[in-house]
Order: sequence, then structure tokens, then C-alpha cells
Amino acid sequence: MSIRLHEIGKHFGRTQALEPIDLDITEGELVGLLGPSGSGKTTLLRIIAGLETADNVAGARILFGERDVTHLHVRDRRIGFVFQHYALFRHMTVFDNVAFGLTVMPRKSRPSSGEIRSRVHRLLEMVKLEHMAHRYPAQLSGGQQQRVSLARALALRPDVLLLDEPFGALDAKVRQELRRWLRHLHDELNFTSLFVTHDQEEALELSDRVVVMSNGRIEQIDTPDELYRHPANRFVFEFLGDVNHLEGTVRNGVLTCGDARLAVDLADGPEELLLRPHELELAPSATQHAHLPVCVTAISPVGAEVRVELEADWLGEPWLATVSHADYERLHLTRGTRLYAAPRRWHRFPDERSKQAASTLEAVS
Amino acid sequence: MQRIGDGVAVRRLLIGAAVVLAALFLLLPLVAIFAQAFARGIDVFWANVTNHYTLAAIQLTLFIAVLTIPVCLVFGVALAWLVTRFRFPGRRILQTLIDIPFAVSPVVAGLVYLLLYGRTGWLGSWLDGHDIQLMFAWPGILLVTIFVTCPFVARELIPLMQAQGSREEEAAVTLGAPGWTIFRRVTLPNIRWALLYGVILTNARAVGEFGAVSVVSGAIRGQTNTLPLHLEQLYQDYNTVGAFASASLLALIALLTLVAKAGLEWRAARREVHP
Amino acid sequence: MSSRSFAIGLGSTPKRVLPGFGLSLGISLTFVSLMLLLPMTGLFGQLAGLSLAEYWAIITNERVVASYVVTIGAAAVAAIVNAAFGLLLAWVLVRYTFPGKRLLDALMDLPFALPTAVAGITLATLYSSNGWMGQLLEPLGLQVAYTWVGIALAMSFTSIPFVVRTVQPVLEDMPNEMDEAALTLGASDFTGFRRVILPHLWPALVTGTGLAFVRSLGEFGAIIFIAGNMPYETEITALMIFVRLQEYDYAGASAIASVVLFVSLALLLAINIWQGRFIKRLHGGHG
Repeated sequence: MSIRLHEIGKHFGRTQALEPIDLDITEGELVGLLGPSGSGKTTLLRIIAGLETADNVAGARILFGERDVTHLHVRDRRIGFVFQHYALFRHMTVFDNVAFGLTVMPRKSRPSSGEIRSRVHRLLEMVKLEHMAHRYPAQLSGGQQQRVSLARALALRPDVLLLDEPFGALDAKVRQELRRWLRHLHDELNFTSLFVTHDQEEALELSDRVVVMSNGRIEQIDTPDELYRHPANRFVFEFLGDVNHLEGTVRNGVLTCGDARLAVDLADGPEELLLRPHELELAPSATQHAHLPVCVTAISPVGAEVRVELEADWLGEPWLATVSHADYERLHLTRGTRLYAAPRRWHRFPDERSKQAASTLEAVS
Repeated sequence: MQRIGDGVAVRRLLIGAAVVLAALFLLLPLVAIFAQAFARGIDVFWANVTNHYTLAAIQLTLFIAVLTIPVCLVFGVALAWLVTRFRFPGRRILQTLIDIPFAVSPVVAGLVYLLLYGRTGWLGSWLDGHDIQLMFAWPGILLVTIFVTCPFVARELIPLMQAQGSREEEAAVTLGAPGWTIFRRVTLPNIRWALLYGVILTNARAVGEFGAVSVVSGAIRGQTNTLPLHLEQLYQDYNTVGAFASASLLALIALLTLVAKAGLEWRAARREVHP
Repeated sequence: MSSRSFAIGLGSTPKRVLPGFGLSLGISLTFVSLMLLLPMTGLFGQLAGLSLAEYWAIITNERVVASYVVTIGAAAVAAIVNAAFGLLLAWVLVRYTFPGKRLLDALMDLPFALPTAVAGITLATLYSSNGWMGQLLEPLGLQVAYTWVGIALAMSFTSIPFVVRTVQPVLEDMPNEMDEAALTLGASDFTGFRRVILPHLWPALVTGTGLAFVRSLGEFGAIIFIAGNMPYETEITALMIFVRLQEYDYAGASAIASVVLFVSLALLLAINIWQGRFIKRLHGGHG
């Protein structure tokens, strides 16, 4: 079932939590709502669920397929909702939690108790918790509780599944596992789902498309790949990963900042360049185009790449670079090593307000 | 935000029911006390309040309350400090024991004191031999009053001190502060409002205790009559206005207690919002 | 739990960091022994002077048994009424905002703050034949003063805060997601309340009602004025103790008091144990 939003905005008192937003989600899509806290992503999700009401303006519409649900009460919207803190009913067993939605249906449409039992067992099998059916939520781990919560939300075969920071309360390892498992489940059952997260890695890994939000506005809607390659603005660029800043003045095609120099193909004037850590190259000597002397202040060799923190007199904030283990060994990096950085690529978002296309340029080499 | 029972009709119905029932059940009696006290005008009310026996009863009641409060305060603080700052065998039992005065009927409370300290009791007969009489005199009233009021301060402090934990005191220890200074400079500022409320509750109960006091006081007019006993006697003598004049004084203390509580809660809530 | 097993693992009790253990233990134990435990010896001393047959005769005296029936019956009615009324008040105070809410909230503590004798004479006056309420109710055939209804009313008045003040914080702490989860799963207001909210409040509601019941069993000052104290009909057990004392029948008073004391303490213990079990199930504790 597709979801279409038209002119959906929200005020809490006088503060605007959400600027009027249009959003189309096609059937079977898995979409991530990504943004920092206070960006309005949870508010948007809760409006779609019917847990909050959007500002009552003439054009505001929420459509599930052809069904207009704008003024429908949450209990009649046929959505599945998964809460960050699971929100399981503590006094009910796992089985009763999953069965709840079925047992509160009006008597006429309610399945027989035998049917309910077999449906709940199928769901518990699906979330691999059939042996836990008679436990109470307090006896389960966080990850298990979240799976129960998901089974409960799916029991009514909802048109759309909405998840509010579903993995936010879990530790890193369980989060990884549940993420993969949700993707799998989504592909298998093919429901339309929308989830909220503040974790860019989670959003990029899990989603077909990502909606990046800030300050109650949609900044960009794109596939993870497009988003990373072509961020629409500085906010998206900065939010999607670590960023190094280089501020200086350009004169005759050379940006100068203290004793740092970088050849750039830009007009004269003050300039700010943004660089990704993996787009920095480290070398014992300066190149013809880049003279950026830095000093290593911290090294973290954990993971696929080595993270190196760099400082220099001409730098306001330290830079972060990631290098391969091979380069790490070749360069004999230790704390205090002095060497030169050279960007492979750099990005700039001149004058945000004019909404000019941002430029990402290959460095001259 | 969507919640169960937020529909307009349901909300109005439930609020209406609660307000009407509470008004009839709780507010009406309060109004009635003052209405009865002033039924024959302010002069009669004043004459009743300034009557010799009433004044004596007020004096005794306040005297008992003034003596009860410090005892309960010391015990309450000591017990709260003990059970929230240390773990030791018997801690849970101690915590249960202090609830006994809440569960015991006041008449039974009076009775056990009468049996112990009365002329027939083992301690009472020994005291009697030394010409000390506790029962049917103010010391007996004081003892039972302490018994029925002793949990209040501890009851207010324990949950608060448990929630606050002992990190701040431990920090003070690491900074070398001596015990008394820790309590005065670190603990006390955190618990002072709960302490105050505990004292207010202790006071309200101390001036109002009836069942236990009526067993041990002997109710001698002008001597061992507290205000609640005094108003009972007036009521039994069909002096309704006199009884309610005394009752209105006690009701006024109750009202002040409620106002103080609301004030302290408002203060606490404000502190939470603006830390 | 974990800190305890940690201590066992070390094979010693951790050293006490904070000062004042000896002092506070001394004060507490002295006070508890002198004020709470020592007086109980008087009661048992008095009871020891009775033979079992005498004891049995006193506590099963016909008039005394009638007082048990009156007390327990009225306390049960008061407790049930308070469970419903208290739940309504707690719900309204937590879930809704309306003008006068602060006043209503403050009013909840009135029965605790108001001396019982004051409550007693006030209720007796209000509900007597020519009182404000009595005038309204008597034409409807409802006699309150000097009947067991009056006793139940007085009990209900003095114990209502127990229910409100135990349920209120639990309802306040109940996460909003419980309501939302029930609603997203299609529950109606009534079903949601019955199947999600009420079970959540159940331990607090039972505890509060239980405490109200225990309090009602021992209440004296608020009841004797409105009860009328007719033998076999409106005499409460606390009054029976009081009457024995006025007749200097200390043995009789003690015997009846021991029954009241035993029942109250047993109920208090039962409430505590029951609550402990329930909480264990909801907050972990495997098996």
C-alpha cells in the first residue's frame, strides 16, 4: 500500500515542529526518516500513524493507497506501529501480547480462538520466539522484546508498518543483527514500511530511499547512494558522515590558510572547503598542488581502516583521516609524526540561501 | 497525542462525576464544620473558643504537639539515614516495623500503653512504687501521640533519600568532610522540604489524635483534655456549636496542612522544570 | 541483587563509607524497642493471665461477634466503594486538565489531615435527620446516621486517600506508549482500559484498597458519632475494646484487641507479600 502525504504540517502551540510537507512512498518500499533530534521525523511518523493530528489546513491529506485516512482515528487506520522502547504489555505473556490486536477486534470480524492461536504461533515462528510464547516481557532481552513488538504489530496484517527508532534502545551488536533481519522480513512479506532513525549508517544500510530532515523540513529524498554522492546541501553532507573543514582565502587559484596552501580552481575571495576523512591522503612530503603540514595527535587502529587525528597551527578544529592498514604501516604513523595531507576530493556549498547547486570537485593532481 | 479515554464525551462525564462526588463527599463536610461553628454568630463562636476549658485544651494540645515533633524528627531522620545509606541484616524488618502504628487501631495503641504503664502493668506498677504516674496524665498522652505519629517523618524521607542515593554524601566523604558537616551541608539541603512536610503531617496528626488519647487521658476537663477529647465532650453534652467551634480550630490546622502540602509540591515541581 | 552477589564473591561485607551507622542504628533500635515493641509485652502479659477457654469465651461473645460482622462488613463495603471512587479520582487527576484540578488534588488529603473526631461529629451532623444530607436522603428511604451505612460512610471518608494516593503515582508513571500501543492495535477505550490500563494499575489498586480496608477495621473516632452504637447492630469492634476498658475489664479489652491486632498485621503482611510477587513478575525475576 502506498503512502501519500500532502501539505502535512504541525504546530505545537506556537512552535512549528513540521513545515508543510509532501511525501510519496510507493508500495513495498522501505523508507528511512533520518535526522537529528528535534528535526520533526518522529512527529511526521506519528502523524502518519494517527498518534498526532496534523495542523488542520485545507489541503492537508494523508492517503494510504486510495484510502483517505486524514481524519481517521489511529485505531481505524490499520497500521502496525513499533515503539522505540517496545511498549509491550508487561502483564501479558508474549503470546497474549502478539494476540492482543486479534482479540480486541469486534466480535463479528474476530477470528476464532483456534485461528488466533495458529496465527500467533506462525508469527512467533517468524520472529524465532515460539519457545518463548509463555514468558513475560520482563524475562526477555531487549532484542527479543523488540521482535515480539514487531510480531505484535504484524499480527493484524497492517497496510503499512511504522517503526519509531526501532533499534535505538539496543546495543550495537543486536542492532546490526535486527537490522539485517528486518530487511529480510521486509523483502519476504513486502509491506510498505517507514522507520525513524538518527543513525545515518542505519538509514543508509536499511532503506530503499532515505528522507533527510532537519528543523521540521525535508532536506533531501534519495536513494542512499545518490544521497552520499550528491548531497543536496551542506546539512545533508555534514549529517551523513564526518567532515573536515578548510577555511581560507583564494588568490590566483591558490587557497591559503596560515602556512597551508592548496591549489583550487576557484575565483578569488574567502572560501570554505569540506573534506571527507577517507578522501584525505597522507604522505611524508607535500605535493605540487597541496602543502598541508599536519601532526598526528591520536590513532585508532580498530576496524577495517585506521582513524588518524590530525592537528596543525592553521587548523581551528582537528582533522580526521582514515587510511588503510597498509598505508598505516608504510608511513610508520605514531603520535607526533609530522607529515602532509592531500585531499583527493573536496566539496563546497557556497552561499546556502541561494540554493545553488553544490559543487564537488576532483582535486587537481 | 492520542490516549485512551481522551474523547470529549468520556472526559466530560468522568470529570463531572469526580468533581460532584468529591464536592459532596469531601468539600461539604469541610464547609459544614465552619457553618456549624458560626451557626449562632461570631460572638457565640468566640465565647466558645475563649472558654476556660477550651483554652486549657488548646494549651495541652499544643504542648503535646511541641514535644512530639522533635522526638519524631530525630527518630525519623535517624531511621531514614540508617535504612537508605546502609545495608545490614534486618533492614527490611525495621522498615516494616515502623509501619505498625499505621496499621494498628488507635484504640489498641492506647490500650497497649495503658497495659504497660498503667497501675496493673509491670512497668506501671514499678513506676507507681516510685510515685510516678504516666497514665491519665499528660505523659501518657505524649507517649501514645508519639506512637501514632512516629512513622510520618521517616515515611516522607525514606523514598526521597532512596531516590537521591548516596553519591553526594560519598563525594563529601572523599573531600574529607566530617559526618555532621556532611549531613548539615549535603543531605539536609536536599531533604529539607520533605522534612518540613513530615513535620507538618506529624503536627496535624498530633493535634488531632483521638482514639489512642481517649484511652489513656482520663479526660479530666481543664487538665487532661486535648482539643479532640474536649469537642467530643461538648458534642455529647449537646453543645453542638461549642463542639464545632473547637472542631473548626482543628479543621483550620488541617486546611493549613493541605495548603502547605500543595505549596511544597508546587515548589518541587517547579524545581524539576527549572533545575 | 548484583551488589549482594558481588559482596559474597569477595567473601566480606563492603566497608561502610558513610558515617553515622552506629548513631542512627542506636537511635532507631532504641526507639523501635521502647515505643513499638515494649508496649506489646504489656498486651501479651495481660493475655497470659487468661486461660484458653476464657480467652475463647471473650472473643466469641455474641455481642463481640456481632461487632466483627458489622466492622468487617462495613469496611468491605467502604473498601469496594473506595476502590471505584478512588480509581475515578486518580484517573481524572492524572489524565485530564480542568479548572480547579489543583484544588481537587489538595482536597484528596483532607481525610488524612482532618482529625478523626472532627470528621466524626461533622458526618454525624450532616447525615442526621435534620442535617444537610440527611434531609435529602431520608425522604428517599435512605437512613445513614445510626445505621451500618453511616459506619461504612465514615470508614470510606477516612480511607479514600489510601486508594487515590497509591494509584495516582503509578498511573502518572505509566508510559504513554501503553495507550498508544493498544490504540494502534485497534482497541476501543473500554477494551484498552480493561485489558491494558487496569492490569497495570491492579497491584496499586489492590494495595490501596487493602490499606483502606485495614485502616477501616481499626477506625474509631470518625465512626462512633455516626454509628449510634446499638448493641448487635451498629457497634464496631474498636468500641467494644473501649467499653471494656471503661469497665476496667483489661483482660477482656486485651483479648478483643489481640484479635484486631492479629487481623490487621496479618492483612498488612499479606498485602506486602502479594505486592512483592506481583512486582517480581512484572520487573523480571525468572521462573
